[in-house]
Amino acid sequence: MTEPATSTVAPFVEFRSVQKSYDGEILVVKDLNLAMPKGEFLTMLGPSGSGKTTCLMMLAGFETATHGEILLDQHPINNIPPHKRGIGMVFQNYALFPHMTVAENLAFPLEVRGLGKADREAKVMRALEMVQMGGFAARRPAQLSGGQKQRIALARALVFEPELVLMDEPLGALDKQLREHMQFEIKHLHETLGITVVYVTHDQSEALTMSDRVAVFDDGRIQQLAPPDELYERPDNSFVAGFIGENNKLEGTIEAFDADKALVRLRTGELIDATPVNITSVGQETLVSIRPERVEFKPENFDEGAHTIEAEVLEFIYMGDTYRTRMRVAGHDDFVMKSRNTMGQERLQPGQKLNISWHPEDARALDP
Amino acid sequence: MSDAQADPALTGPLTTADGRPLKAALARAEARSKRRAFFLVLPLLLFVVVTFLMPIGQMLAKSVNNSGFYSWKDRDAHVNVPLMVDLRGWFDDNPVGTVPDEAAYAALVAGLSHAREVKAIGQIGTRINYEVSGSRSMFTKSARRAAKLEPPFKEALLDLDDDWDDPKLWGSMRNASKAFTIDFYLSAIDRTRDADGNIVKVDEDRAVYVLLFKRTLILSAVITFLTFLLGFPIAHLLATLPLRHSNLLMIFVLLPFWTSLLVRTTSWIVLLQSQGVVNDVWVSAGLIADESRVQMIYNQTGTIIAMTHILLPFMVLPLYSVMRPIDPSYVRAARSLGATSWTAFRRIYMPQTVPGIGAGGLLVFILAVGYYITPALVGGSSGQLISNLIAFHMQKSLNWSLAAALASLLLFGVLLLYWLYDRLIGIDNLKLG
Repeated sequence: MTEPATSTVAPFVEFRSVQKSYDGEILVVKDLNLAMPKGEFLTMLGPSGSGKTTCLMMLAGFETATHGEILLDQHPINNIPPHKRGIGMVFQNYALFPHMTVAENLAFPLEVRGLGKADREAKVMRALEMVQMGGFAARRPAQLSGGQKQRIALARALVFEPELVLMDEPLGALDKQLREHMQFEIKHLHETLGITVVYVTHDQSEALTMSDRVAVFDDGRIQQLAPPDELYERPDNSFVAGFIGENNKLEGTIEAFDADKALVRLRTGELIDATPVNITSVGQETLVSIRPERVEFKPENFDEGAHTIEAEVLEFIYMGDTYRTRMRVAGHDDFVMKSRNTMGQERLQPGQKLNISWHPEDARALDP
Repeated sequence: MSDAQADPALTGPLTTADGRPLKAALARAEARSKRRAFFLVLPLLLFVVVTFLMPIGQMLAKSVNNSGFYSWKDRDAHVNVPLMVDLRGWFDDNPVGTVPDEAAYAALVAGLSHAREVKAIGQIGTRINYEVSGSRSMFTKSARRAAKLEPPFKEALLDLDDDWDDPKLWGSMRNASKAFTIDFYLSAIDRTRDADGNIVKVDEDRAVYVLLFKRTLILSAVITFLTFLLGFPIAHLLATLPLRHSNLLMIFVLLPFWTSLLVRTTSWIVLLQSQGVVNDVWVSAGLIADESRVQMIYNQTGTIIAMTHILLPFMVLPLYSVMRPIDPSYVRAARSLGATSWTAFRRIYMPQTVPGIGAGGLLVFILAVGYYITPALVGGSSGQLISNLIAFHMQKSLNWSLAAALASLLLFGVLLLYWLYDRLIGIDNLKLG
């Protein structure tokens, strides 16, 4: 996994305080700073309208930054037209040229680069083999299924051997099973070819499974840029905590805190332990975020000295590999606890009252 | 599900609940709904047959069949009276090129006096007049006296008019003696028959139709090309603008449709005539001298300008309907793959608009080929098209058979074009809207 800021190599792709506004009033992208080393798989994740696709389009050259600089291999590319940037791109709807066969589609980028016929054919075949579509050269895009189109679009973006490939929600139109399969294949191609990939998606599981690092976008800003595990386990703010994975939220105020522990008084009066993340002062409002699978209800698993809190079971849902228990905690009816379906795992009954707890590291006191 | 598999109904032939074979029952139900659907389109079908297919059929029939010399429809008695029976018999007995003998003249005189009796002489004269001009008066004049003529008839007739032994006249009477003839098609391509029945070109100074066909095709091609040149950018703009703006622009494109054709055409006259707005502006701007005003109307230029304007929407609309759904990401994809914007346009965008170009081109060309009112008003003599001549033969010369032959040639030409388009581009690639 590539380490971000500590990396000593010069960044391959860099955004320097980039801003973008379409109408001159509202900033769609606000002060974007991002540095990517060569060979990284970076995902831009965020809800629609968060500015992630705009960033991708600025990198591809289809939108111009209204402020700031974009550098590719340390050269500013703000004023370079898209066809001279040499960036491969996979579009959401594949954008395969409908009037050309698969082979002609793949040969197009080679043709405009002035490659000879023999060279073109060899490269096209190699690219098709790479995505296991060798037998489809003579087909038209309309004769392909969604997954096959996806592979061809991928092959076309790679056939001219770009060092940077952009992907704009490429798997959005596929069904779940195919999507998971293609995620694996894209990841595999990235590793074998050593290309740098910027991937845009709004699907968090896709972002987590594929990326070296994920940039979570909201409101035109990167909310957190981190490897997937860090993003999931140690979200920087309540947006990231809420956007990635399931998450229980408890509101309260800070009673006391030091570098690695905070005592939070909930609205309903209970005291709980948490890890301070963006806490600045005692008495500050906070939102404590706890992942459902980190909630414990068996006293023998409780962390020593941790505070416990009362809970009442409202609903028990059997989900196959896990149990999902919805309970009332500190006045919230939607507190969820997830437990693995292991041998002898206890099934809680609705109406049951018990104490629950968690490791203070797993509860993160964030901005409200 | 396992119950259903055990059901004997599923193992034997399928039946309905009351035991009839399912296949027949389904077929009957389908036939009923098909009948109902047919009754719904029946009024339109009848309308099309009566107002479209029958006139075309009549026109085609008229172009090869003219009974002017053959039979006379008595409108009071509602019977067809055969004409020139004896003469037709003589033509049948004697081969082409036989010099008419006394028997032939006797038959002609008998036919003339009979025709005068049944008041059909005008029709006969008109029919022969199509081919031998000036012969109509000869027929009526001679027919008036035919009953009183004494043998030998040849001399008697030649006394009345010495053109009666003209071999060309006899040739055309022989042609006309059969109701079925392709002579009108021959005339339509500037051919005629000489006295011996051979097909020859007509005199240079009387050959007009081929020239007009050529001019019609060339002008239509020019107009089609101009509408394409002007319409393509507009359609592209319409297709790429946000819907709110493009709807407003679309109104401007459609505006000419809502204005009378006559008004639009006459407004071009106002603009383009030599004392018109455009010339006045040029003169006052000092671009041209007052005495050398440009003649832009009552000639081919006028026809081209006015028709291009009138037919422009027929090019813009099919183009627009093809361009609108073309995803902008195709061009973006081409650009990201290394194509310049011109290459992306030429290789990726243009080919996808071909169905619209084809449809618009075909539509404009076919409309232009048959256009009548605009060339009639602004074409002068050099801007007349074949349709103006067809109208002339329909309304002035009353040679309907020739008009029908000209119109049929036009129809076949358009069908040929359609067939060519199908072979080259494929008719399923046509997108009209």
